[in-house]
Amino acid sequence: MTDEERLKVLEEKAAELRRLAEQDGLDLHEELAVLERKIAELRKQLYLDLSAWARVQLARRPDRPSGLPFVQALCEAFYELRGDRVVGDDPALRGGLARLGGKRLVLLFHHRGATPEEQRASRFGMASAQGYWKAKRLMEVAARLRFPLLTLINTPGAYPGVQAEAHNVAGAIAACIWTMLRHPAPTVAVILGEGGSGGAVALAAADRVLMLENATYSVISPEGAASILWKDAKVAPKAAEALKLTAHDLHELGVIDEVIPEPIGGAHTDFSATVDGVRRAVLRHLEELSRLSLDELLRARYNRYRHVGAQGPGA
Amino acid sequence: MPIRKDKRERYVEVEVSGPREPLWVRCEACGELIFKRKLQENQYVCPRCGAYFFLSARERIASLVDPGSFRELPLPAVPEDPLGFADQMPYRERLARSRQETGLNEAAVVGEARIADHPVTLAVLDFRFIGGSMGVAVGEALYAAQAHAARARMPFVFVVSSGGARVQEGVLALLQMVKVVAGRELLAQNGVPYIAVLTYPSTGGVLASLGSLADVTLAEEGALIGFAGPRVIEQTTGERLPPGFQTARFALEHGLVDQVVPRAKLREELAKVLEVLAEEP
Repeated sequence: MTDEERLKVLEEKAAELRRLAEQDGLDLHEELAVLERKIAELRKQLYLDLSAWARVQLARRPDRPSGLPFVQALCEAFYELRGDRVVGDDPALRGGLARLGGKRLVLLFHHRGATPEEQRASRFGMASAQGYWKAKRLMEVAARLRFPLLTLINTPGAYPGVQAEAHNVAGAIAACIWTMLRHPAPTVAVILGEGGSGGAVALAAADRVLMLENATYSVISPEGAASILWKDAKVAPKAAEALKLTAHDLHELGVIDEVIPEPIGGAHTDFSATVDGVRRAVLRHLEELSRLSLDELLRARYNRYRHVGAQGPGA
Repeated sequence: MPIRKDKRERYVEVEVSGPREPLWVRCEACGELIFKRKLQENQYVCPRCGAYFFLSARERIASLVDPGSFRELPLPAVPEDPLGFADQMPYRERLARSRQETGLNEAAVVGEARIADHPVTLAVLDFRFIGGSMGVAVGEALYAAQAHAARARMPFVFVVSSGGARVQEGVLALLQMVKVVAGRELLAQNGVPYIAVLTYPSTGGVLASLGSLADVTLAEEGALIGFAGPRVIEQTTGERLPPGFQTARFALEHGLVDQVVPRAKLREELAKVLEVLAEEP
């Protein structure tokens, strides 16, 4: 029995006790108290010691706070900019001018969509070449205006498709990384849900990289790793563990700067608390970064990525 | 020398019988038995049907640079197996095996060389080493090569043969994409040209970073160039792939590369580019 299932059984038992107490007038409040304490403990345990695979499931929930509703709740003002100016507009990767905590910035975010139609149109947040060419264009807008850049990442990965290849999705991702690395103002990336591979790193070459507690960031999906390395898609939970893709693992590895706590139960249980947590963290990091000169900012950013993974035992 | 076979049967496998190097090899694309020496002379292209075999990094370097001009650069040591990763085989064991099979320490070989007398800094990936994948060591090697080229003001030549980021190093591998782009920035800041040569295969995280950011991009005939592998695209989208999809020709037609070059002409083509780029005396 998984912890989730055990929790469910306990909750059912508690409900039954309450019903009995009400129907038969039995005094069960001591038993009930014990049970409720157990439930609370298990809930806490469950969400503190979640397995990597359980977090993958949370990160992928369609009701996870993210996308346009998140942006609208996060910012005082948001004005969307569309199109890559060459081929088209990608509804999976959106962005525009925003005001956050009074600061002007350019915001880029994946949009997975809430309705089935939206989800189809945005391919569940898998942006194609147009999306990344648009992202590069918006980064250039921000660079010209010397606005900070904020990216909110939630994508299974870049869309693997014939048109994506024809329109050079690899080149677009590379161009985003380069443009973001050179950005002449502070940059903050927040992984809200899935940080899937190249589609995520394209928006993550930032001064500060933050993750929600149950977000994931990975070189490949656990299913992909399982089928390539284990030749067995069923070992995805094991692959998720091995890939060290959770926020806590990545914080320990030193590749992200902060884990933003989620409400117990996951971000989807409390949309506005999640938005508030992200807003506070982002504003704090922007504030810290704003104290650096441009030279210091670029040097620190450059050094961070120039050395990534090369420190530690053996180096 | 085990050479892996392309899914689309364009590449061929060299038969290995016993501990000795075989004299004859069979082209699995056309079935021709080829005298091994003849194949080497033909730079591992089937003399009958034109199928391309993989080139190891050393063979590639030998095929491109002026004889005896290659001087390998020492590479920084990096932490091995940063995640303590094991799939069906512990990653450390996979590394040890690759080292034994290839005689290389890692998937990248970098150094200084001359091509038609033009000094260059050269970085070459070896597909036999865990698919030419980029982990921390390869990221460091590509960064070091670019830093060297920027300092010495020599054009940087990067020959790609890689499936992408090294899965066994997780996000650390993914972030090497940013590291090698940081190296790219050094070249740009110093006005040093960068020439990419995309071969079989140039996919995933290597293409979606340094591989796509050259000043001049050549594709070897027989290259596979794409972000996602053909199988992933078919499985994810159910799309039927058009004939010639992700070939060097496809890349040229879609404006992704400057030129498609047969293997035998690559050295000559690089010399032409370097000639135009050479600073005035």
